[in-house]
Amino acid sequence: MYSKFVDTSFCIEKPIILLNITKYILLTNKRVLPMANTLLKMSSLSRKVFMALAGTFLLVFLLVHLGINLFLLRNDGGEWFNLAAGFMSTNYLVKVFEIFLLAAFLIHILIGIILKLQNWRSRPKGYAVTGKTPTSFFSRYMIWTGLTILTALIIHFIDFYFVKMGLIEVPAGAADKHDFYAMAVMKFSDMTYVIVYYVWLLVLGLHLYHAFQSVFQTFGFNHNKYTPGLKRCAAVYAVVVTLGFMVIPTYFQFFFQS
Amino acid sequence: MKFTLKIWRQNDAKSKGKFVTYKIDNISSDSSFLEMLDQLNQRLINNDDSISVPGCPVHYDHDCREGICGMCGLYINGRPHGPDKGVTTCQLHMRKFKDGATIVIEPWRAKAFPLIRDLVVDRTALDTIIQAGGYISVKTGSAMEANSTPVPKHLAEKAMDAAACIGCGACVAACPNGSAMLFVGAKVAHMAYLPQGKPEAMRRVQSMVKVMDDCGFGNCSNAYACEYECPKEISVTHIAKMNRDFLQANLMSEKEIA
Ligand code: HEM
Ligand code: FES
Repeated sequence: MYSKFVDTSFCIEKPIILLNITKYILLTNKRVLPMANTLLKMSSLSRKVFMALAGTFLLVFLLVHLGINLFLLRNDGGEWFNLAAGFMSTNYLVKVFEIFLLAAFLIHILIGIILKLQNWRSRPKGYAVTGKTPTSFFSRYMIWTGLTILTALIIHFIDFYFVKMGLIEVPAGAADKHDFYAMAVMKFSDMTYVIVYYVWLLVLGLHLYHAFQSVFQTFGFNHNKYTPGLKRCAAVYAVVVTLGFMVIPTYFQFFFQS
Repeated sequence: MKFTLKIWRQNDAKSKGKFVTYKIDNISSDSSFLEMLDQLNQRLINNDDSISVPGCPVHYDHDCREGICGMCGLYINGRPHGPDKGVTTCQLHMRKFKDGATIVIEPWRAKAFPLIRDLVVDRTALDTIIQAGGYISVKTGSAMEANSTPVPKHLAEKAMDAAACIGCGACVAACPNGSAMLFVGAKVAHMAYLPQGKPEAMRRVQSMVKVMDDCGFGNCSNAYACEYECPKEISVTHIAKMNRDFLQANLMSEKEIA
């Protein structure tokens, strides 16, 4: 999808970056629009199945990501972490996985937006009194937690992924564009960044809590005996992921000595 | 008992509606919600002195008044069928309200339910969905001897639970997305569980879901407001049943509809 684009992007002067980013958007757009169209025409139930499939993939991916990030906690000058990150950016199997990941994000986000727009349209005139029915609290805010995750994701891409691709200048202090350890340490030593990061993670946790239980219903699995247990699993998953990611900046703020 | 009623008044689908406030007193705590409205209307017709705002009687739907036809349906104080659980508007009693309370009464709000007048909406869309396949297409004659088609008890129970749906549309009214999934789920499930309904189950779920989408209902976001507000307390497990039948139908049936 973007290999063509990496070739031209070794240049890091500003105009070229802008040009490249525009090209990137146009390149993906050619795929995004037909994809959105297909998703739009699909039956509402099939669409949710695709959303849930993509979402499940993301749920699994987050655990992998968390696992790798936890290497940051080793006080080894980033040896293990950079090794893991290096593996993730060079291994061919992971590269295939990466394409799936981007596709999953794209599909998930597109369907999320389509769903929400349709849902708003299906009640053109709202009620004067609302919110009296106790519903799953988080389900109502999925689009907002989702969009918050999306902004975080864009910043995350600018901070790490685009650097790796050579689109963005390697920050001073990092050895090269693959020195993610140094980049992460710099980010996590910045109090403002850390606070914003905490907020993002909380929002992510809210998304995940509803998401985890929701996929089972979407796939048609709702069982008197197992569903309450799955709800507890959802809570555990959301807490583990949120706290797991939170531990890392906390460590760099308060306990890390280089 | 005394009440202040804020009722949505609108002459027809095109005109602009507004809330009109009526004060009403001398209401028995044992009267039903609809009987209370009947008294309001009688006083409006008589141009009674106790009525501060004279005008034409309030239009609202009703038929059996015993909770079985699904005709009545008012959005009362932010909840379909009002504050009591598991009852229709006609079965709601005024003793469930505090003396002197203000009660806001609105019609069902959904794009698929165009307003006809005041509190009356057009729920033809639900019938259109039934016409798409909510039946058994062979002539089965009159009722057979009960034991000639054995049905396991647990399936009979599930089918009966789903068949309790009276098609009032409270699920659509309650849903933050104006989705009819609980209605369609119940209508798909109550037949799919039984031997008579099974042969057509796949085709039925596909065509009913397609028509549901075409009618302009929203998408399910697993908020479960429908289950909470359903006067027949129909469970969202029937939505799960529909989801998995639909998935199976799309993956395995020879004829593709959706
Ligand atoms: C790592 C990030 C994410 C993960 C792991 C994730 C996971 C999930 C999962 C599993 C679901 C449940 C699907 C279902 O109901 O069956 C879901 C729902 C949803 N997601 Fe995400 N998601 C992520 C990011 C996003 C983003 C960036 C958006 C941006 C628009 C988004 C928007 C939504 C929306 C709107 C829903 C609710 C769908 C509905 O109403 O049923 N998500 N998410
Ligand atoms: S009037 Fe028949 S259910 Fe209320």
